[in-house]
Order: sequence, then C-alpha cells, then structure tokens
Amino acid sequence: MSAPLIHEYAASGLYAPDYEHGSCGVGFLANIRGEASHAIVERGVEVLKNLLHRGAIGADKNTGDGAGLLLQVPDRFFRAQSERLKVVLPAAGRYGIGMLFMPQSSEARAKCRELVARATADEGLSVLGWREVPTDGSVLGEKARREQPVVMQCIVDGCGSAGSELDRKLYVLRKQIEKRVAASIGPEEGFYIPSLSASTIVYKGLMMATQVPGFYPDLGDPALETALAVVHQRYSTNTFPSWPLAQPFRFLAHNGEINTLRGNRNQIRARERDLESDLFGADIAKIVPILEEDVSDSANLDNALELLCMGGRTLHHAMIMLIPQAWGVKYPIGPDLRGFFEYHAGLMEPWDGPAAVAFSDGRRVGAMLDRNGLRPARYTVMDDGFIVFASEAGVLELPAEHVVEKGALRPGQILMVDLVQQRLMKDCEIKMRLARTKPYRRWVDENKIDVHGLFNAVAPAVPDTETLFDRLNLFGYTREDLEVILAPMAQTGHEPVGSMGSDQPLAVLSERPQLLYWYFKQIFAQVTNPAIDPIREELVMSLMTFLGNSPRILNEIPQHARLVKMRHPFLANEDLERVRNLNEADFRCLTLKMGFPALGSGRELAEALATLCRRAESAVANGYRLIILSDRDLPEHAAPIPALLAVSAVNRHLIRGGMRTSVGLIAETAEAREVMHMAVLLGYGASAINPYLAFEAVADMTMKKQIDVSSGVSGALENYIEALCKGLLKTMSKIGISTLRSYRSAQVFEAVGLNRALVDKYFEGTPSRIEGIGLDEIAAEANARYRSVRERDPAQPPILAAGGQYRFRTDGERHLWTPETISLLQRATRENDPALYEQYAARINDQAEKQSTLRGLFRFKPQTPVPLAEVEPASEIVKRFVTGAMSFGSISRETHETLAIAMNRLGAMSNSGEGGEDPARYAPLPNGDNRATATKQVASGRFGVTAEYLVNARDLQIKIAQGAKPGEGGQLPGHKVNEEIARVRHATPGVTLISPPPHHDIYSIEDIAQLIYDLKNANPAARVSVKLVSEIGVGTVAAGVAKGHADMILISGYDGGTGASPLSSIKHAGVPWELGLSEAQQTLVLNGLRSRVRLQVDGQLKTGRDVVIGALLGAEEFGFATAALVVCGCVMMRKCHKNTCPVGVATQDPALRKRFSGKPEYVQNFFLMIAEEVRRIMASLGFRAMDEMIGRADLIERNEAVSFWKARGLDFSRILFRPSAEPAAVRRTSRQEHGLAQALDNEILAKSGAAIDAGEKVSLALPIRNVHRTVGTLTSNRIVNKYGSAGLPDDTVTLSFTGAAGQSFGAFCSKGMTLVLNGEANDYLGKGLSGAKIIVRPYPGARYDPAENMLVGNVLLYGATAGELYCNGRAGERFAIRNSGACAVVEGVGDHGCEYMTGGRVVILGSTGVNFGAGMSGGIAYVYDETGLFDDNCNLGMIDLELVDDPADEQELRGMIERHLRYTGSPRAKQILADWSARLPHFVKVFPMEYKRALGRLSREDAAIARQEVPIA
Amino acid sequence: MCVSESGTMDKDRAFLEIPRKPPKYRPAAERLKDFKAVELRLTDQEVYEQAARCMDCGTPFCHGCGCPLANVIPELNEHVYRHRWREALELLLATNPFPEFTARICPALCEGACVLGLNDEPMNIRQIELAIVEKGFERGYLAARPPATRQNRRVAVVGSGPAGLAVADALNRAGYPVVVYENSAQLGGILRYGIPNYKLEKWVIDRRIKLMREEGVVFETGVEIGHDVSYRYLSGRFDAIVLTGGAREPRDLKVPGRELAGIHFAMDYLRQQNQRLAHEPVDAAPILAEGKRVVIIGGGDTGADCLGTALRQGAAHVLQLEIMPRPPPTRSEATPWPMWPLMLRESSSHKEGGERRWCVDTTEFVGKVGSRKSEVGSEKDRASDRVGQLRCVEVEWGAAAEGGRPGPQRKPGTEFSVDADLVLLAMGFVGPGRNRLVEELGLARDPRGFLARDQNHMTGEPGVFTAGDMTQGASLVVRAILDGLQAAEGVTRYLGTSRPCA
Repeated sequence: MSAPLIHEYAASGLYAPDYEHGSCGVGFLANIRGEASHAIVERGVEVLKNLLHRGAIGADKNTGDGAGLLLQVPDRFFRAQSERLKVVLPAAGRYGIGMLFMPQSSEARAKCRELVARATADEGLSVLGWREVPTDGSVLGEKARREQPVVMQCIVDGCGSAGSELDRKLYVLRKQIEKRVAASIGPEEGFYIPSLSASTIVYKGLMMATQVPGFYPDLGDPALETALAVVHQRYSTNTFPSWPLAQPFRFLAHNGEINTLRGNRNQIRARERDLESDLFGADIAKIVPILEEDVSDSANLDNALELLCMGGRTLHHAMIMLIPQAWGVKYPIGPDLRGFFEYHAGLMEPWDGPAAVAFSDGRRVGAMLDRNGLRPARYTVMDDGFIVFASEAGVLELPAEHVVEKGALRPGQILMVDLVQQRLMKDCEIKMRLARTKPYRRWVDENKIDVHGLFNAVAPAVPDTETLFDRLNLFGYTREDLEVILAPMAQTGHEPVGSMGSDQPLAVLSERPQLLYWYFKQIFAQVTNPAIDPIREELVMSLMTFLGNSPRILNEIPQHARLVKMRHPFLANEDLERVRNLNEADFRCLTLKMGFPALGSGRELAEALATLCRRAESAVANGYRLIILSDRDLPEHAAPIPALLAVSAVNRHLIRGGMRTSVGLIAETAEAREVMHMAVLLGYGASAINPYLAFEAVADMTMKKQIDVSSGVSGALENYIEALCKGLLKTMSKIGISTLRSYRSAQVFEAVGLNRALVDKYFEGTPSRIEGIGLDEIAAEANARYRSVRERDPAQPPILAAGGQYRFRTDGERHLWTPETISLLQRATRENDPALYEQYAARINDQAEKQSTLRGLFRFKPQTPVPLAEVEPASEIVKRFVTGAMSFGSISRETHETLAIAMNRLGAMSNSGEGGEDPARYAPLPNGDNRATATKQVASGRFGVTAEYLVNARDLQIKIAQGAKPGEGGQLPGHKVNEEIARVRHATPGVTLISPPPHHDIYSIEDIAQLIYDLKNANPAARVSVKLVSEIGVGTVAAGVAKGHADMILISGYDGGTGASPLSSIKHAGVPWELGLSEAQQTLVLNGLRSRVRLQVDGQLKTGRDVVIGALLGAEEFGFATAALVVCGCVMMRKCHKNTCPVGVATQDPALRKRFSGKPEYVQNFFLMIAEEVRRIMASLGFRAMDEMIGRADLIERNEAVSFWKARGLDFSRILFRPSAEPAAVRRTSRQEHGLAQALDNEILAKSGAAIDAGEKVSLALPIRNVHRTVGTLTSNRIVNKYGSAGLPDDTVTLSFTGAAGQSFGAFCSKGMTLVLNGEANDYLGKGLSGAKIIVRPYPGARYDPAENMLVGNVLLYGATAGELYCNGRAGERFAIRNSGACAVVEGVGDHGCEYMTGGRVVILGSTGVNFGAGMSGGIAYVYDETGLFDDNCNLGMIDLELVDDPADEQELRGMIERHLRYTGSPRAKQILADWSARLPHFVKVFPMEYKRALGRLSREDAAIARQEVPIA
Repeated sequence: MCVSESGTMDKDRAFLEIPRKPPKYRPAAERLKDFKAVELRLTDQEVYEQAARCMDCGTPFCHGCGCPLANVIPELNEHVYRHRWREALELLLATNPFPEFTARICPALCEGACVLGLNDEPMNIRQIELAIVEKGFERGYLAARPPATRQNRRVAVVGSGPAGLAVADALNRAGYPVVVYENSAQLGGILRYGIPNYKLEKWVIDRRIKLMREEGVVFETGVEIGHDVSYRYLSGRFDAIVLTGGAREPRDLKVPGRELAGIHFAMDYLRQQNQRLAHEPVDAAPILAEGKRVVIIGGGDTGADCLGTALRQGAAHVLQLEIMPRPPPTRSEATPWPMWPLMLRESSSHKEGGERRWCVDTTEFVGKVGSRKSEVGSEKDRASDRVGQLRCVEVEWGAAAEGGRPGPQRKPGTEFSVDADLVLLAMGFVGPGRNRLVEELGLARDPRGFLARDQNHMTGEPGVFTAGDMTQGASLVVRAILDGLQAAEGVTRYLGTSRPCA
C-alpha cells in the first residue's frame, strides 16, 4: 500500500502511522583483526536467516517487515565494478558510495539522478558514475514487489577528502539531496538514501531475511568483502511496513522502542538554531533539520547518532550520550563515571526505551543495551578473532572447541570492536576511558547549583486562611480533591487507591467545569515495550532534573554543567523563592502571570496566550534563563489561564523559536494538585512545578487535624511531595520511561474531546481523534469557576463542591451506576422481571439529556426491521458473552464460582483472572454444574499457571493490561493471602504476592508471538487470546498480536476494571473502547488480518445496546464485569481493596462472605435479558444473525438530539470510518496457522508417544538449534492430558539435546520429564516449569570455563511452580523471576536475580548482578559470595541476608550442590564440595522477611497442633 | 472495639464490630404523664461509635436514594466520627436548612436505604443528625448569618409550615428580602399545630424562627391572605409570591352515621392539643379523650400521633383501625432494599398503649343508645346524635383487578362492632382545602386537586409560586422542605440575580 493511501486512512479513520512499533532480531559480526572477507557477508546472511522467527510476516505471507545488512564499503568489489562501469575509482577511502532507492518511473528516476548530480557538484564533490544494483524482485512478497524501488549505487569522488572528513561532506550532501528531491518530487515516488558514505554501505529492503541474498545477488559476489556486518530483521506491529524503514540505517540497527520519541524530537528541534561546530563551519545550516520527518523512532535515533558522530564525538561516546545507563545514587559506579553521566545528562536527555542497538561507522562496530536490559543480547568470541553478537545465542553454528568466550550484554552495557586498533573493548574499559577524556566530574562539581539545599525538610507553607476557600474554589477544588486525593497523600505519602473503574462522563461530556488536565489521557506501554516496575526496579529510574540546558551540544565545554540541579521537579515555596532570587547572571528569572480578562471569550484567552508567549520570547532574548509562569495573586479582573495551556503554549513557542533549551520553565500554579496534573504539565514542557495552593490546602488540613502527621505541616508536605514523586515515577514507568528528563516534553498523552485547531496550536503532535472543545469552552469553564467565587455570599459557610468523581454524590459528577440503576438491575435479575430490566436499560441507554459515554451520543440509522421471531435466539447470543477477569482473591470464592457456574450453564465463558484455580473445580458438581472457568488468564505474576491449569482451559488469555490500571502491576498484600489463596497460587500464606508491571517474557512484539506459541504448545486445544487496553496505537499493537498468531484480541475500555488501582490510573490512563475497538477493527481490516482473529470488547458494558454498538464497531464477543458483580449483589461500595465488602463479593473475610446473596440464576437472567435487548435492536436494524452485524459501523450516526454545549464540537467520523479500499473480511472467517506442525516435539512424540501413554521409560537424543522453540512442551501436554498434575515418575522421559536451544526450552514441562541440554539456551528456559528436571551443560569439547561464561539467557524459570534446574554456566538477567516452587542451581546470574520470587530454592555458585532479591517475598536463595560484595548488589527492601548456620539449611544446600555436580559435572561445584567447611561460610542465605515470619507462624501452628494431638492422660 | 478520643479507630471494619444502638426513650409510664419529648439523645461517645459504623459507601444509597434532601450522610458521619462537629454542621446545613426538625420527626428514609441494612442493622442516621444540629446550637455554631448583600427584589411567602420556612430561608440566604405571612397565631404550620409536642417540642421551632428573624426574615402572623391582605397589595409590594398552604383537606369517611357528634378529623384534634399546650385559645369546641373509648381510623403517622395524644389525655381505651393488612415484621418482599421498607412500624406511641387492628373497614357509625329521645321503635332511630359504636367488617386484599391496584374485599360473616365515645379520622388529606387567594386568582389545579405548577414551581399566575403539600400532596416534612428549596430555586431563576459581582 502506498504512502498516500496510508495517510488518507490516517486522516479519515483511527489508524495512526505514528504508532507503528518495530522490534526485531539484531546482530553484528566482525573480524576483530580487521580482515575483510566475504565470509562475514555469508555468515551475516546466515545470522539473519536464523533470526527469521523474530521477524513477522503480514497478511501477504511472503512480505516481511524488512531486513538488511550494513557492511564496510567493499573496495575490491567496486574496483571490479568500476572497470565495467568505466569509472576511474580513487584510492580506497577517497570515494563514497551512495545506496539509493530510486522511483519506479524512469522519468522521476532521471530527475533524481539529475538532482543528485547537481547537489554533489554544489558541495564540491562529483558523481563518478552510477550503477544499477542487480535485484531479483521475484523472491519478494506481492506487497513488497508492488513498492519495490529501483536500487542504484552512486559513486562519489571525494575530490581529495577522505575518511571522516569525506563522510562529513557526504552527510551534508545527503541532507542537500534529500531536501532537493523532497522539494521537486512527491514522497509517493519512494526516493530514499539507505546510505551515502565512504565507510559503510547498506543493503536492505522490505523482505524477509531469507529473501535478502536472493534479492541482492551482489551479496553472493566473493569480491564483496567486509570485516564487519550489522544485520537486522524487523518485526513491526504494523500494517504498512515500507522499504525505507527496513534496517540497518546508516549507523545502527535497533531492536527496541523509543518511548520518549516526541520529547527527543522536540529537544533536538529546539537546539537546531544554536548548533555550532568547528568541524562543519557554515555547513551546519545545511544539515538542519536534523531529524527526518515521518520516519520510525529508530530512524530518528540514527539521525541523532549521526549528528553527534559527524559533530566530532566518537561512535561509542555518542551512543552512551543517547542511551545512557542508569547512574543514580543506588547504582554502584565510580565518581568519574558519575561525573561523566551527570555532565551529559545536562546536555542530552536519554532516548529512553528498551533497546538493543548494533552500530558501526565502518571503523568500529559494537552493540549496546538500554538501562533496563529489556532486549536479549548474546555474543560469542572465537579464537580466530571472529565475534558474533545477536539477539539470540546459536545464530551461527560454531565449533565449540574454538570458542573463547560466550557472553551477554548486561543492562546499560556497551561492547565494541575497534577494527583499527584490532581490539575488543568491553563496557568497563570503554566507559572509564571516556570518563577521563575530559574533566567532566570537575566541570560538574564546579558549576552545578543544588536547589534543594543542605536541609531536606520542607519549610511549612503558611495557608492564607482568609482567602483559602475562595482560591480553592477559583481553581476548581472539590471536597474530594481535599479528602480523597490530598489528605491521603499527605497522610501516607502514597497515591490513594480506589476500585470498580470509572463510570462518570468524559470531561467533554461533563456538565461541571473541568480542569484541562482531564481532557488528556495517559498513553502506556503494552506488548511492544514493557512497563517498568518503579518500586522494585527503582534504581533505573530518575526524577533528577535540571533548570537550564545548553543548545550547543556539539561542543564540550565546562559551561554546559552550569545548571540548577533538582532531585525532583517539585519546588516547595521556599525553593521557588530561592530560585526566583538566585543572584546569578546565568539564572536571571522573570515571573509572568497566567491570567486573562475574566468573563472573556476564547478570543481574549488566545490574545492573553499570545501575549504570554511574546513576553517569554523577549525575556529569553533579554537574557533571562528562568521563566516562572504564575497564577498567584492575579489581579481581581483576571481569571486564571489553565496552567497546562499556558505552559504548553509557551513551551511550543520557545521550541519553534529554537529557544526552549536556553531557559527553564517553572509553573507556579494553584491548579495542579494531583499526580496526573503534574505529569501533564511536565509532559508538555514544564521544567519544574510549584503547586502552592495544594501545599496550602495540605497545611490547612494539617493544622485543622484533618491530616494527622506527627511531624506536623512539614511532614505532611513532605509526604505529599513524596506521593507526587512516586505517582510520577509510576506514570512514567507505565509507558516505560525511566527518566524525567526524557519524559519532559515527550507528550505521551492522547487528548479526548479537544478540537484540532486547539491541539494544533497549543499541543501540537498530540493525537485527538474525536475533536471537541476549543478555547471558547475552556474560557467558559474558567469563567464558571471565576463567577462562582465572585458571586459567593461570604456570609454563608464555605462548602466546596462535592466532586463526585470517586464517589457518587447527587450534586457531583454523574455516574451510570447510581442507587437507582443498581437497585433496578438487582431487582430485575432477582425477580427475572423484564419490565424492571427495561427501566434499568433505559436509564443507561438514554443519554440524550445526560450524556456520559461516547456511545451515548450515537444512534442507529433507521433500517427496515425484520420480525423478532426470525432473529437468532438469545440462547445463541449469550454464548458471545464473557465475564471479566477477576481473580479468586480479589473476589470471594462464592462470587467466582457463581459466575463460573452461570456462564457454563449458558455456554458462555467466565474468566479465572490472575490467581490460578483450585483443581477441585475441574470436576463437575453432583448436579452437573461446572465450577471451572473457561478462560484461564496468564498474567504477569503467573500465579497458579501450571501445566494442569493450562490444560483445563478453553481460552488462554494473556493479560497485557487491564482497564483500571494499564501499564501497572499489582500486589496482593500478605495479610490477604490466606490458606486457600496461597494454595491455588502456589504461595505461602501470609506472603505478599507481586504481579510485575510487565510480563517478563514480553518485552517486545516478537516475545508475545513466542508466549502465544508456548501456550499453544501447552494446550493446543485452547485458543489463545490477548487482552489489550484502548489507547492510541492499540490498532497497530493488535495487528502485531494478530501477526503473532493470537486467536482472539480483547480491547478493554479505560473505564472498566474492577480491581483496586491508584485513582489517577483509574481515571487518566487509556481511552474509551469505542476508540480502541474501532482502531483495532480498522487496522486489522486494512491489513487483511481481521479474518484470522476474533475481537472482544469490554469496559463498562451494561446493556444490550452497548453490545450492539460494540458489534457494529467490530466486536464478536462482549465482556461484562461490574454489571455481573452488581447482579451478584455488589452495591458499588468501591472499597474492594479494603477486604470489607459488605455483600460478600469482593472479600475473603469469612463473616462477610456469608453475606453473599448472589445466585447463578440471577447471572443467567441478566445475560438472557441483555441478549433479548440485543435481539430487539437487531430486529429493528434488520439483522437476523449477530455475524451480519459485526463491523457495520455505517449503521451508527451521531444523535443530533444531544445539544450539550461542550459536545457540539465532537466528531465521530473517524470512529465510524469503514476502510473499503479492498474487499476484506470484517470478522473472523479463518483460523491462525500456529505452526505447531513444525515443532521438534512432533519428532519426539513420534518416537516416544506410545511409550508415554503406556507410562514406560523413554530416552531420546536429538540435535537442537535456536529455531527450535518451546521444546518439550507438547510432550508435556501429552503427559498432563493423560496423567494430570501428578505427571509421571521422575526421569520417565529423558530427552537429551545437543546444540543451542531456542527460546522457552522446557516451558511448562511436567513431572516425569528430564531435559538435558548440552550446549546453550536462549531466554525463558523453564518458563512455568511444572515438575520437570532440566540439566544444562556446555557443548561437548568446549574449553571455556562454564562458570565464567553465559550458557543460558534471560528470564529463566519465570513463574515456575515445581521442578529442578541445574545449569553449569552463568544465566542472564532475572533468573528465577517469580519462581514459586522450582529448585535451581546455577553458576552465576545477571541483574534482578530472584525478582518477585515467592517460593522454591535457588543456589548461585558465582556472582550476581545488581538488584538481587527485589520484590522477593518467598523462597530461599543461597549465594556463594566469595568476594564479600554480594550485599552491595542486593535490594534489601524485602529480604534479610543471613549465614547458613542452620544444619537443615546446610543439608539442603549441600544436597543441591551435590546433585548439581552429579548432573552437570560442574568444576566449581566439585571445588566447593571438596573444601566444604571452608567454603560454607562464603554462602549467604537470602531469606525474605515475610517468608521468615510466615514459616515461623506455620511451625508454631504445627507445634500447637502436635501439642493438641498429645492425648490427655 | 472502642473509639479512641481522637477518633483514630480503624473505621473500615467498625460496622462488623459495633452494633446499632437503637433510639432510647423515656419510660412509657413516665412519658405518658406529660407532653415532653419522649426520645433521648445518644451520648457523644455513642454517637462517635455509631458514626464509625458508616461504611462510607462509594455509592451511598442513604444520600443518593434515601434522603430526599440528599444530605451528604457519609461525609457527615466521617466528620462526626472525627469529632469535627462544626464541619459536620456546615455540611449538613448545606443541604438541609432545618435539621433540628427532620432529626426529630423524619421517618429517616435514609436508614431504609442504608447499605448496612441490606444484611445488618442500618446506621442511626437520624440520631447522628440530631447530635450534629444540637451540638451546633449548644456550641453556638448555629448563629445568625444574614446575607452580606441584598437583592432588590422582594418575596412574600404565604404559609409558615416546613415548605414555607424552607422557601423563606433559602431566598433570604440568596439575599432576597422575605416576608412570611401566617394566618395562625404562631408560626410553623403543621410542625406547630399538627405534630404533638412529645415528638417535637415547640421551642425547637421558636429557636429556628428567632434565628431566621435575626437573619432578616420578617414574619407576620394572624394574617390571612385574600382576607386580611389582598393579592393586589401583595403583588404591588413583592416581586414573587410563594404559596405554601399545605394540604389541609382531610379525607372523610362517608358512611352512615358520619354526621354524629364525637367524630372528628385527626388534625382538628391534634391542633387543639397543641394550642392548649401553647396556652393559645382553642379555636373550636374542645375535643378531649379523657375517660373515653377512642377509636382512631387510619394506621399512619397521624393516627399514631392521635393515639399518643389520647393516651396522654387519659383515654379509657384507644383502638387504631387500619384497612390495610398488617405489614410483615421485617422488610416486605414487595419493597426490597433500598426502597422504603414496608414493615410493621411501631411509633413511640404504640409502645405506650392502645390496640391496633388491621384489615378492618368501618361500615357505619352508630349513635349512643338512649342518649336521645326515641321517636319510633328501631334501634337506629333510638340512637342519640353522639357516636357510640362503629360497625366494622374485616377485609381481604385480593389480587389486583385487571390493570388496577389490589382492592379490599369485605369478608362476609366477619362483621363486628366496636364501642367508641370519640372517633378520630386520620385517613390522609385530599387537597389544599379552602384558600381565598387561590380562588381569587383562579389558580389551576392538577387532577388530584392540588395546585398545578411548572418546573420552576410557578403556578399559572406569573410570579406566583407554590411549594409543599399544597402542590405535591400530603407528604413528609422532609419532602416539604425539599420542595420549598426547589421552589426557591425556581423563584431565583424567575427573578434573576441582581446581586452585583462582589
């Protein structure tokens, strides 16, 4: 599909090309000795082929998302070619080669050639000749072929220049060519320059890895020699991959996501005006704009890297600037290095996000990993100087006896080969050398100004009580803001928590004046990149920020360190005064008032904003370095401009003028009070915030004893700031952003209900898809607040407005769940009274007067009806209904089973939620009822996810996000983990259970394909579904998930969700499902993927009308959670998190559970009544079958009867858009091809299946390669199906493999299996291990020391419940994460070892990375700590470190090491055992505190029972 | 569990551990000797504990379904629990202008809707309200707060019952000068003349009136509009007039013998007793129960008030008859939570004595034998003109007829007689009764006979508004207050605000 068509869709529908995600297989190869050979090319192609499974293919099965290689310019090859071309080639290095994608039309091509030639001449260079690169389009897929460019090479004479000087000239030239071509031919012609350099050349295209050598016969030419290659295989979520976006780019190949892209782009743009460099001289103006437009994040990262390199920094220096490692106070690094990072932090904000990057400038080649290490990165060094680095181990078959080293990059690490020096340089050396090239540390120490001085305590704010009430009123504070938001924050230092979703109107539909913040919704990470855990992995996060920043990033001077440094962006009142009065010429400060003429319209507001921008601009021109935008003490006739509007307007204005980096922008505002407000202000450019009125309100409440903090007002303020900081970290972590410096200006929000003109002017780049209000309405809302203050009778007692966002109030925000609707629904379903149901449904459906939801503003276009009797019966329709994922643990057993029984009776599906399921429920009840849930959820905590659990499901649902808190994890505090819950979750009673924010086996889109494949192997009979939450870009994510072979995709609305969540998450993260569902439907249809997957929708569905609208917008299935709970007796207490549910629904308290009054019959009644309502509407719309209705958005129109003043500007045409360019399926009509037939297990089962069924011993030996994924799982499925969770006796099935195992080796394998691997393994080994034994040892003949080399990858034993692992070698990051029962011995681990572990035993015989034991609440780890430095690497938040002095412990430890020796022959184990008494003191026992307490309690109870059992004489 | 002095107990689980404290009353024997208030206040400590029981529901049915005024009950409870009496009072007054009335006499619909009541005893909301308002008066929080500035439009309120007072108070607070006209000798309408002192001592009304006077409301008593003061006079002096005359026309029982002496409407009886206690002249021939066999027809609140009054007057025997069936002892299935539960209610009076019968229809009143000269022989003819007996029959409530409501069917063979010296008819009210102004203006009525009005509470006559029982029909005091507040909003919309932006 051509670019213009994409943009046409983007303009009229919801598909947004900006939100395409890519992630991929990446690698490099090199000969460290710098010897060029054709073998490197061949091996590069081989690597690409072996990474094929990490890429994806679209609906057109032969079109890949892109693949390619970056090589050194092969002089011998071009010399050979030059003869044929009759070109006199200058000496090697004195010419450049341009690789060009040229238009298909010869006319346009000729034009391009002419433009290139002229530009080259203008730059003082000359084109020596052209070569049409031979290509074979026949190997391509159809889509790729349609857009296939003519690939040409252009040979440019350096005219005397060489090396980096020539590369710089060619860089300037490329920029000139790009501009000139763009100016004269349209983008649809597809002109693009993959590379133009004297050092490197890029062969790439829109193809699969296997097609690369076929398409480019050049690659088979033995003359094509290189000493290095960077390779890349792309997997994009998207629909519309393109030729130019294939990788590698000119310098790098990127496997990752830049979450902060918009901010990075803004900041780069802001610096363009002041760029200067001796190297470029006057040419500097020619390279602007630095960043290419409308390209991927990776392409822009490449642009930035190129700028820094061309500007004179070395390749690795530039890389470390762009993607710095974490260096916060908790990170163990030296002062020089810290100085280096701090200096550069002031210069460049991180390009933040998961990333494995391979890069090269032709002289050096290297790779690095982001600070979180969220992409795999393995390398092998051979004794002949050959090195291969790739996303997986085993991409090349290399003789083990010649391997010198097997390693992996750790988080934040870099690795580089310098071909000139012929050396391999590791992280430590590279960084220490860099840190000492300039006196960075001294520059920082001498120049920085610390704003939060020596004293930490916040001086108490003094509330002006005389005017406090009026000011609270003026800024729209409600009683809820004080009581529900501020008071708990100030009291506890945490953000408040709520439950049961959000059933209030969107801001644009609310009749009460709304703060502008409420029109924005947070964007969050799902699938394509992981959210971060801001609590357990806090060490990678940073709120540190600077005021002042230098635009002249190409220079290295001490003045760059002249910055005001802040620990966090919140300025207490005295901090602000200190800043205001900084007596420094460098920090002259000006305060500008954010006010506009009260009662004025949008025009007055626009003028006030324009004035503000002008004043800010002239302030910068006059040398002010700090601007405070303030709404304090406004004149009487002025109403406050919403602070967000003012900040964003000024920020944008200064960016456009290239002045933003010269100045710090501080918001001194009464308006901002909650976390979301702060996040939006920062996201749109504020450098720091002084929320002075919130401070005063907290102080006032503290003085009135409404907040009770022992340290008084300052303590309360500190708590409040701490809560803001935590909340801000959480908000950043949701989108996977680690540092505030890159979050600033990143605009990771979607606007809902703001019109295009407003957004384009003040919030440029923010998606806003349904139009909405503009400045007039914003002014009106500000005026309404102003008026309420002016018209108040001061004699009357001051009562703030109720609020009503978080709790129902008759005079507050409207709710759909009201006492009336709740009781009507309960009565209707209990009495099975259709008349009462209709009253209920009418109250929800009829929003003509009281609009609450987007769908409330829809109506059906009149159609010719059909007789009701001809419509599909309700008994069929209900089969499309499901209940929401609510875990046993969050709701009571009674509720959980009631829902399951009801849904099973209806032939519909209930959902286990995340928390396992009692196996007793798999057996039917005597009356035939089935208490088992049909959908079994697989969430990030993997609680209770055993082989047996997976086998007992009809649907396996991967929960990526939930409506209540997308991008966040969860926590079940120990006191709620009772005996029963602990049993089902494979945990210890009383021990806290943490669900991490991300699935630690889904860091990227290719990972979800892997997990889907794992689950399919674990239960081929079940479908696999993926639960996403509605946000901009969910359509492209859905496309990626569909490509990853999900059978069903669930789109949840932001407003649904029954779970306990921070209030800011319930309200502000994600968007309504109408948007997400439509976007998913449109994108899947456009891409021809819709036919493969079903779509499900949920989120505040309440009636049959909701179902019909969901169906018309594209859903085939419909989920209800809150409504089903209401039917069971829920009265929307919204206190689920307190375990005090008075109706026994959301509680584990036995006394309260007795109060449960729900019955399966009520739930059945409910769904049947919904179905009957659906039928009535179907009849009126002329549909006889549900299937006919799916995707018929054309039958919806806007209800013009709704005349609400703020809703007038809404435009739903994008939601209702139906892509119709190609006839394509609009619902599921076929099935996914899961590729199980290719699984290695088929071979195993063919040889051993019969024996397994007979329970006989089996022993097999097989070779294995990295393309063999999830090995053992299908075999395990066979065992579990036959033998249940008990499995087979130990070692019944022994499978031996030799080679590099692919991902998920041994996943979910059950008892009775023994898997022996001689070689190495990739990530996710032993995932969900359910009883099997896995033994890993080095390749036969390997000479490297296994204890010092990497044998297995990241995230091992994730969620394992039972089994054993013995690994004679090191493992990567997150070893034994969330292990709840497996026993493992390993020789060393990377960062975050034993994270979130809740049970099992782990023995580590070597060193560990940082953050060991974070969130570890159960189980025990024994770590052999020879250096005595282990405690520096521990996260001591939840664990104690002890000596192994208990004989029982010693016995356990020794036994495990003995078994390790027996199974793997580990030399280290042998040494330790040989010298046991001397070695034992080096072992540290890592003992989680809660676990220790729980074990103590259990043993006391056992003792008590034992006492009782003593018969009384 | 006990509540600490600072109220820091974990309130989340208090509802599981603290039982509801039922209202306390003076002993029946003692209270029958006087007309003083029978209900006692809880101690502060008890109030704190009771307030702790509040679950602070996310969807509070008390506030959103029960209380017509939408008192913000969860927040009130939280304030009280935290001993923040002033904040509680201010928040209470924001929705309810006269909590001292409702806290004493409201049946507390809120408690019927309380979520705790689903499977436990509901909150003591009414008594907490009483504590808030009385604490407010005791501590002087409830001082006069006249409006800071005055509007230049004036409003007359005709009638000083709960609706009239609510209108007057709300408009006065909004800055409008307000004059209240009352045709009785004292202010308060039904609060003063209908509700017995033992439920609402009249100093409570006086205290409120005094406060309203201090805040600028002008009261004129003994003035009948349309008689003492003409509409023309009023309309010339005021920009809006609000009629709040109540529902004064009682439902009659048109059966043979109704004309006999000794058969009275309940309200006449109750008014007299209130006048007597206030040392006002009684406005008609005294109706007294002392030594008499009293039969009250009607099982509602007014009937109960008659019962308590009759017992205090020294009645020989009191029987209360109700045509409806005896409600179940607990919430009827016909009125599931959160509806106001249909269930057997015992007012404080019922605990003091008397007898109740249900499913009884009165078919005839019979005069006293022998007290009048007989003319001809029949027994009826021999009866005197004073009532001596009721002829009654039991009824059965069958299923509803097609499209109609269920009706009573007399059960043949169940006829019986009851002796009575005094019969009080407490069967509800059917209309506003005679009102000269209404007739003079020819104001339209709704099909039931009450004053018709638009959504602003304005009658067909521009500038003439109406509120309370006069327009909505006889109802609870709390509903009259709400209607008054809504009428005040209508008046404000009609008059517009002339107050300058301060």
